[in-house]
Amino acid sequence: MNCTDFLAKLTDYFDGQIDPDLLAEVKEHLSTCCHCDVVVNTTRKTIDVYRGHQPYEFPEELSDRLRKAVMDRCFKSGTLPEVEKSPDPQPR
Amino acid sequence: MASLTPSSEESLTALVPDLPADVLAEPPHPDVELVARAKAGDAAAFEKLIRQYERQIFRTAQHITQNREDAEDITQDVFFKAFQKLDQFQGNSKFSTWLVRIAVNESLMRLRKRKTSKTVSMDQDVQTDEGSIPRDFAEWRPNPEQNYNQAELAEILRKTIAGLPPGFRTVFTLRDIENLSTEETAEALGLSVPAVKSRLLRARLQLRERLSRYFGKGKEGSK
Repeated sequence: MNCTDFLAKLTDYFDGQIDPDLLAEVKEHLSTCCHCDVVVNTTRKTIDVYRGHQPYEFPEELSDRLRKAVMDRCFKSGTLPEVEKSPDPQPR
Repeated sequence: MASLTPSSEESLTALVPDLPADVLAEPPHPDVELVARAKAGDAAAFEKLIRQYERQIFRTAQHITQNREDAEDITQDVFFKAFQKLDQFQGNSKFSTWLVRIAVNESLMRLRKRKTSKTVSMDQDVQTDEGSIPRDFAEWRPNPEQNYNQAELAEILRKTIAGLPPGFRTVFTLRDIENLSTEETAEALGLSVPAVKSRLLRARLQLRERLSRYFGKGKEGSK
């Protein structure tokens, strides 16, 4: 197995969807190719850093506002019975 | 529509005689009952579904559009459209995958409407090999993200993924950030499984290459 062959199998390797014979070849290649070993390590860290640090905030205020807007649209569409809606506080 | 419950196994077998035993043994996903209640006009059930998936839908939309206001609008539209089309949800896929598919379509439509955008579909931007062949072979520092504060790291991650073609970043978002399976990602995007795998590989390698500028040992941009 050369580096190009290895890269072609990288997704299956990460996803654990590689047959045992091929896995042995992949491991053999990794044990002898420091470049591919670095690519595996840093690609795994790439996935981990995105999973562990969501770059987009979703604060509770936004959650409440969006949910209220959706429910209002649903009620106004007439499909949901109005009686189900939580009453808004009445202005004094 | 009646909701599926474990007690409906007998009637399910009658309807689909060849259904595998492991399918019958699996209890129905809790969403099945919530969707059935929402279809019957139960507002609380639909609100619960929104609460469960609003974060995922918002993040998916923001990753694809790279625009917070668009993501807010899309999130509203996705749930409203889902509500209007609840009768079309047949339960053949997860409810969340169905929502994600609507979100992807809405997001791509939003991109098409942007006059400045050249990126319009999942089929574009797939011919380039730029960044898909590793060139940077420096190991990263241990726990490289700890060298940046939260705001700096968020900015690095945002601008790095923003540099990917939409077709690549959408696949990466669904598969690696939102943790959909390859098959679910393919279903949500209307792509084949091999196409998803190919784009995922390129997305991962391009992101790795770009992040290496920040996280690699002895790099100019590293702290």
